[in-house]
Amino acid sequence: MSHLMEIRDLKITFGGLDALSGLNFHVDEGEIVSVIGPNGAGKTTFFNAITGLVDPTEGDILFDGESILGLDPHQVTGLGIARTFQNVRLFPNMTVLENIMVAQHCRTSQLVLGALLQTSAFKKEEREIEERAKEVLAFFGSRLVGYRYDQPAFVLSYANRRRLEVARAMATQPRLMLLDEPVAGMNPMETAELTALIGRLRSEWGFTIVMIEHDMRVVRDVSDRVVVLDHGVPIAQGSYDEVSTNPDVVEAYLGRPAEDQA
Amino acid sequence: MTATIERKSARQVSKVDRFLTFIRIFLVSLIVIGVLAFIAQQVAPDNPFARWRNPDAVGLTGDQFKGLLMSGLSQGAMYGLIALGYSMVYGVLGFINFAHGEVFMAGAMTGFIASDKFSANGLWESNFLLSLVIIIVLAIMVSTLTAVLMERVAYRPLRESPRLIPLITSIGVSFFIQNAVMGVFGPSTKSYPQLPQWLSKQRSILTFEIAGTKLLVLLVAAMSMAGLWYLVERTRTGKAMRAVAEDKEIAALMGINVNRTIVTTFAVGGAMAGIAGILWGLLFRSVTHMTGFLPGIKAFTAAVVGGIGNLPGAMIGGISLGSAESIAPLVILEPLGVPGVSQLKDAVAFTVLVLVLLFKPSGLFGEQLSAEDRA
Amino acid sequence: MSATMTSSSAPSSRSGYRAPVTDQDWRNVGKWGGLCTLALVLVSLIGMPVGLDRRILIHPVLSLGYLSLLWIPLVLGFVVSRHVELEGVESPEPGGRDLLAGALTGLLGGFGMAVFIVALDTFNLRDPLVNWSPQLLELLNYGRGLGFGVVAWIAACSVLGLLGSSIHVIPAGVRRVVSYGAFGLLGIAVLEGAIADLSEGFGLQSLTDSIYANRGGVTVVWSIVLVVIIGVVSMLTRGRFKAAKANYGELQGPERKRASMILFLLVALLTIILPLFLGTIMNELLANVGLFLLLALGLNIVVGLAGILDLGYVAFFAVGGYTTAVLTSPDSPFFAPEMHFAITLVIVVVFAGLVGLIIGAPVIRMRGDYLAIVTLGFGEIIRLLFMSDWLKPYFGGAQGITNVPGVDLGFVTIKGTDPRSVFYLVLVFCALAIYISWRLQASRLGRAWMAIREDEKVAEAMGINTVNAKLLAFVVGAVLASFSGAILVAKVGSVFPNSFMILVSIIILVVVIVGGMGNIAGVLVGSFVLIGVLGGPRQPGLLHEFQSFKLLIYGALLVFMMLQRPEGLVPSARRSQELHQEEFLQDVWLKGEEREGEEHEEELHAAEASGAEGSGA
Repeated sequence: MSHLMEIRDLKITFGGLDALSGLNFHVDEGEIVSVIGPNGAGKTTFFNAITGLVDPTEGDILFDGESILGLDPHQVTGLGIARTFQNVRLFPNMTVLENIMVAQHCRTSQLVLGALLQTSAFKKEEREIEERAKEVLAFFGSRLVGYRYDQPAFVLSYANRRRLEVARAMATQPRLMLLDEPVAGMNPMETAELTALIGRLRSEWGFTIVMIEHDMRVVRDVSDRVVVLDHGVPIAQGSYDEVSTNPDVVEAYLGRPAEDQA
Repeated sequence: MTATIERKSARQVSKVDRFLTFIRIFLVSLIVIGVLAFIAQQVAPDNPFARWRNPDAVGLTGDQFKGLLMSGLSQGAMYGLIALGYSMVYGVLGFINFAHGEVFMAGAMTGFIASDKFSANGLWESNFLLSLVIIIVLAIMVSTLTAVLMERVAYRPLRESPRLIPLITSIGVSFFIQNAVMGVFGPSTKSYPQLPQWLSKQRSILTFEIAGTKLLVLLVAAMSMAGLWYLVERTRTGKAMRAVAEDKEIAALMGINVNRTIVTTFAVGGAMAGIAGILWGLLFRSVTHMTGFLPGIKAFTAAVVGGIGNLPGAMIGGISLGSAESIAPLVILEPLGVPGVSQLKDAVAFTVLVLVLLFKPSGLFGEQLSAEDRA
Repeated sequence: MSATMTSSSAPSSRSGYRAPVTDQDWRNVGKWGGLCTLALVLVSLIGMPVGLDRRILIHPVLSLGYLSLLWIPLVLGFVVSRHVELEGVESPEPGGRDLLAGALTGLLGGFGMAVFIVALDTFNLRDPLVNWSPQLLELLNYGRGLGFGVVAWIAACSVLGLLGSSIHVIPAGVRRVVSYGAFGLLGIAVLEGAIADLSEGFGLQSLTDSIYANRGGVTVVWSIVLVVIIGVVSMLTRGRFKAAKANYGELQGPERKRASMILFLLVALLTIILPLFLGTIMNELLANVGLFLLLALGLNIVVGLAGILDLGYVAFFAVGGYTTAVLTSPDSPFFAPEMHFAITLVIVVVFAGLVGLIIGAPVIRMRGDYLAIVTLGFGEIIRLLFMSDWLKPYFGGAQGITNVPGVDLGFVTIKGTDPRSVFYLVLVFCALAIYISWRLQASRLGRAWMAIREDEKVAEAMGINTVNAKLLAFVVGAVLASFSGAILVAKVGSVFPNSFMILVSIIILVVVIVGGMGNIAGVLVGSFVLIGVLGGPRQPGLLHEFQSFKLLIYGALLVFMMLQRPEGLVPSARRSQELHQEEFLQDVWLKGEEREGEEHEEELHAAEASGAEGSGA
């Protein structure tokens, strides 16, 4: 049985520093896998490598059985891998609706002629784009609908921006979603809400999800599996309970007890 | 809601990359053929290969070649001095000061006005060295003032803006200064007075024949470069400049007065350009309000060739560009049968610019960009 | 406010408290006064007063030459007493202090000017300052001798400074009347050529003959009359225009469509009918404006929509022109097929597209400022090639190609000697360009361009092939420029390499930016105001006296707009919001407070529900 995404012996070196080394990892369709680890462990670099923003030094990344090394970021998205950014990077001066509409670019095809001649194919596609955008936004309840559609993204509150970021990734119609710290900076109410939504992303929309997170409650509540990275090396994999009691993992986060240090 | 996804073929070498490789190969072959034909003309003039593209090819004598080289070097030294200003400002603020060429022109103009007056009242003839020193000082003052004013009025308010906005503003500043100078001083060509014989006569150094003026240019450029090196590497001000170029915010946190350092950067760059202005005036003896335009762009090319933000690189880039500009038309283009090569001298500089930015934008010695500018 | 403050007579003297930012600062006055002197002297030395003196605005009192000096203390007086309005901070009432500040600023300027006049009389600095002349002295003295000049300038500048600052002080109604009246009058004076021409076409010659004096300029009597009329009209229509605009904004759906349609038809009708009533010179001017408008619309797509700063845009202009010349002129050196313009146009499109691809493909991946300079380089290389002796057998070298025929449409031949026909041809293409810009902006491609402009890396991550999208913008811009080149060459009848200097690219850039980047209406306004009034790179505008100074003004205008109003004269709502995010945010926050209240209620309810869910998991 082939995995949806498979990482083989991934190694990324930045001028003498191994950001990632010896990473072996896979995700099957429909899973939710969390990637955790202390800061600087290489988690975001990992995402950057998958999406084509960074070239690995060694190793291979397979999606649906085929290597996606060396592809441009937009090609990777076209294949069905979407991501959110750790420091929310929306298009600030575009409206909420436009942010979602533009994310559907790789799933649509009309170009210059269609726009100029206003062909029925063009108009149909525009309508569909708008409808799909509203569908995606409706996923978040009443937060991003109605009068919000035409508000420029920079007026949104922090929590709404994070939601819009996720919505944008959804709109690219991916099979695999890479969420980079989706609840960072949210208060407990918002965190709980988004955690439930992540679950629904899998159950209602069928996405496979790989998530980087620091908030262990979210990791515990929603993941099928957890991978722990420390200094670019995977040090544990398994269910949340297995991993959270693993002494190596505890040491990576908290250090060794003083009496154990020689 | 998973839509069907078309499988796009992986790892397609894009057509653009193929096109670029083709251009690379084409250009390299052109250069190689041209140089080979040139060598053939020198060595075996009757060889059919030498005559192939250009039947009237005469080839260059050793002296002619050396003469071209000397011209190229001295012109390149001036480009280098101007390039320092571009490099420093880019390193510190991250944008191209399009109006830097006008700072250079301001120095040249000041030199003209001063030398004209000295010529009228006889000081130029009686005590040339004193006049020279005075006009250099004046030119430095004026260009520095121009550069500092530019920064204060047009660039400082735009510190936080996206990079293109100061660039566009600097285009406006360049335009304004060019035409203001034309308005105030008139559009006619201004000529520097005659240089004393003892300076301008040909001298022999090693086996090279070089006009005294060109030698002066090279000497002054070298001295300025040395002074700049000392300033940047050995003084506190220089250290502050380097720190601000690395990371403005952290430098501020370290107690460096960022605004003052930026002003100093503009001032030093302006001073270098002012010196270049005087040298240009002495060498070519004519100045107009448009004198800054072409050398400005060429100096920017030189800065990029050397690696923007990199000061020794800027000087080396300048000298290389000057030499290339001088030699390439006759060594590469003429053997290829291109008529009227001297017209295309400027095209050489622009072509170098295009080529460097296309194929090696970080330049020969690598860019020194601040943390936020590393794209 | 605490009790201690109210018990003192003057808060500032008692507690040493100085209102932040908003009170008058006398050092400020010194600074602006000095600037006033500097500006006045610089303008004099550049030669504007003497050069522009021929153009009389109000006969016999005010010439453009004097205006070029007198606006300075007026505007600076206005600036000096400008106060920053801060929310929640009480700014002092504009009043005597401000008038004094304005007057002092003017006084300092006038004093400087007086010193300058005395120097002008005493020394001779003609070499190197070419405009240091007796004519300048005469002009500045108003022909009445040194003593008069000194006193007059000190007095005039002080008064003007005072007037400038009084704009803040006078009540809104008066301000409205005065400003509309003044600008209206200025407009009528400046547009004298066009208005006289138009009225001739309508047979109203006698009216304009009485308004305008023989030697040019509006007569004093008529000036007063016009100011009054315009002032009254502005009072009567106070608020109406704004209300109308608000109403238009409120319209939705089919009603809006109808209103837009009507508006559009009106404008179209106007532009079609207008040339019929204008004479040759005016039509020539309009045709010129149209050609540059076409170029500006193309550059607008490249710079305004896709965010690519192309400084070598003139290269496509050249390609269009030369292709047309080579294909249509019998004197084309190498290859003279003498095709018809229509077929040539098709080939021009193909060629321009190709050149756009060839230049665009390699440069599109560079970062913005490098891209600007590289395209500049390409533009120059192409011009040098067209001018070279090497390619002379194909393109005619510095002498270019002459004898290019006009456009033969069967029932009419469009050529330079009939500017009205040229204008109509240009109009057709401009309409096409406007249509293209409009449709593309509101399409999938337009959104992709917007995203690229916002954050290119993220746009790529969202699946947009940024290289292709930018290249498309580049090519569309190239094609539009080439259209303009083709028409220009057919109009002028020849092509020369020196018509395609970098200057052209830069002027079009100024037009796009000053008008309003990314915004069709802005580009229209920019073209008409700049090219129409000041003139193009080599062509004079309505105020042909500005020939020698227009580049200076373009440069100053570009700097000024970038510093003060980067969104341009006619900003698109989006661009304005982009560049003034802070203010917009504040507005939204203030307005949204009510909404946020309701939303907060919803959030609380939702959170209670999911909170229960979460803790149970």
